[in-house]
Amino acid sequence: MKFLCTAAVCCLFNLATLPASASQDLSTPSISEIWKLVQAQQLEIEKLQNALAEANKTAEIAEERLDSTVDYVELISRNDFTEPSSSASNRTSVGGYGELHYNNIDTSGLDKNSSQADFHRFVLFFEHAFSDNWQFYSEFELEHALSKDTADGTNSGEVELEQAFLQRALNDNHYVRSGVFLLPIGTLNETHEPPAFYGVERNDVENIIIPGTWWEAGLGIGGHYSNGLSWDFAAHTGLETPVSGSDAFRVRSGRQKVSQANADNLAYTLRGSYTGIQGLALSASLHHQSDISQFSGDGLGSANLLTLNGSYIWDAFSLKALWSQWNMQGALVKASGADKQTGWYVEPAWTFRVDQKLAGIYARYEDLDAARERDKFDQWEIGLNYWPSDNIVFKMDFRKRSHDGGPEMGRDFKAVDLGLGYNF
Amino acid sequence: MYRRDLVLIYLSTFTCLFLASGFTASANADSYKEESARFVAEMFDHATPQLNALWLSPPMRSGLSDILGHAPRSLRIKYHHAADRTLWIFDEIGKVKPITIGVFIEAGKISTIRVLKFRESRGWEIKYSFFTDQFQRIGLTQQMQLTAPIDGITGATLSVAAMKRVAKAALFLDHSRNKIATTTPTVPVSNQMSQN
Repeated sequence: MKFLCTAAVCCLFNLATLPASASQDLSTPSISEIWKLVQAQQLEIEKLQNALAEANKTAEIAEERLDSTVDYVELISRNDFTEPSSSASNRTSVGGYGELHYNNIDTSGLDKNSSQADFHRFVLFFEHAFSDNWQFYSEFELEHALSKDTADGTNSGEVELEQAFLQRALNDNHYVRSGVFLLPIGTLNETHEPPAFYGVERNDVENIIIPGTWWEAGLGIGGHYSNGLSWDFAAHTGLETPVSGSDAFRVRSGRQKVSQANADNLAYTLRGSYTGIQGLALSASLHHQSDISQFSGDGLGSANLLTLNGSYIWDAFSLKALWSQWNMQGALVKASGADKQTGWYVEPAWTFRVDQKLAGIYARYEDLDAARERDKFDQWEIGLNYWPSDNIVFKMDFRKRSHDGGPEMGRDFKAVDLGLGYNF
Repeated sequence: MYRRDLVLIYLSTFTCLFLASGFTASANADSYKEESARFVAEMFDHATPQLNALWLSPPMRSGLSDILGHAPRSLRIKYHHAADRTLWIFDEIGKVKPITIGVFIEAGKISTIRVLKFRESRGWEIKYSFFTDQFQRIGLTQQMQLTAPIDGITGATLSVAAMKRVAKAALFLDHSRNKIATTTPTVPVSNQMSQN
């Protein structure tokens, strides 16, 4: 009984003191409780820090993987033949150019009037880098849109292999090449993409006197230097110029186009150029043929072609000029008066912008004295080029040709030409 | 007569090929990566600039396409920078093959433009200072044109056009980067690849 009374008193005491003790714990935790709380929070902070570090690491890995993926995607999506590990297909480049012409020619002889459209040239370039130093270049062309078999072997078009050569870079400044290549003469023979020149048709001097496009097979070597000087030398097959018929002594008719070409007598071309002054380009080339007809004793022997050309570009204004002359040896060619064949032209031009796109107007005067009567003339030409982008051009021009023999020949004409061209 | 010619050309061929094979590897052109690294070191005075990547947003991709005449071949453009100086490296086709060109820009204007690797068969004139000097201190107008005319080179038209496109593209990206930098920090890239 005494035990029960004592227990009851204790319970009452505890009940009386409990509210006061509880309120004390809620307002002021004990030091040990605070210590436990800090330790728990520290553990939580460490967990969060570890999680953040893991997240950062994962983000870094993801970033690296993304970079690697993008590198790889970019590598396989472009022709990166600069990479040593690139496949053979990635080391092969394809390019090309083309030009569509419309010519409306009004001649002094009414029977020679003409109006025609012609896809004059469709060209594809195939180039391959065997290594950093060994390169292959080629140019494959379809002229006049159509080539077909005919009974007499004539048709309006041609399929031509104008370039196919291997080039070895000796260092950054020197090369040696062998194969079929364009001769380093004049302004257009090597660079004739339509956006690169004025006029729907190429100038006549570089068609009749310099028979461009002029390609031969052989060996070439050259160099260029930081002072703007450069040189090219080539030993190659030559022309087989006819000595009779309506095309007698016409050098353009002598092009063999490396098609089972007669290589009895070779030819040599040397060019020196200077471009060391901003906007200025000067060039001189000497071409020698040991026998331009390829046959000895036919009255047409050796021949030299000297060509001088220059251009100056200053801001929107440019001026281009070229002079070229053949000197041929042989009794027959001298008797015919075709031993000296000369042509020159001068071409000022001025560019401006139309709606932020480039346009240019030009004038050209040409004077030719070649083998055939029809190739002795002077010609005025004015025209307009419009480039909606660097690689696309629209052209129009007006030409007036007067032959040295007078209008009674019926070949004098006035012409309007329209054209478009591209390269890629 | 012709036999003399043939002997001459054969001798010339073999002489040239002998000379070609005799050139040591050191005489060969350095790879474009070596040239690029040298260009970066020279432009930043041998300090190590930060290599960043500028991801091409749709407006930037569109602007770059207008300038280059073709869509950019990458999702982002890597560049080096330090303060207000940036350096960009592009591969741009002149005639058929890409020309590797480096552009160093200070305060929004071209300080140096240099051909790091030339692979075309013609148009080599753009490699030299008598041509590249005229790009110095040139900027970009709001109409995306260079602030000064560039005199071309007869016979190197396509290479000249390629270099002008690259100059415009670098200035455009430098400007775009500056606009982005005011709002969003660019992300440094981990590897040291300098080619875009």
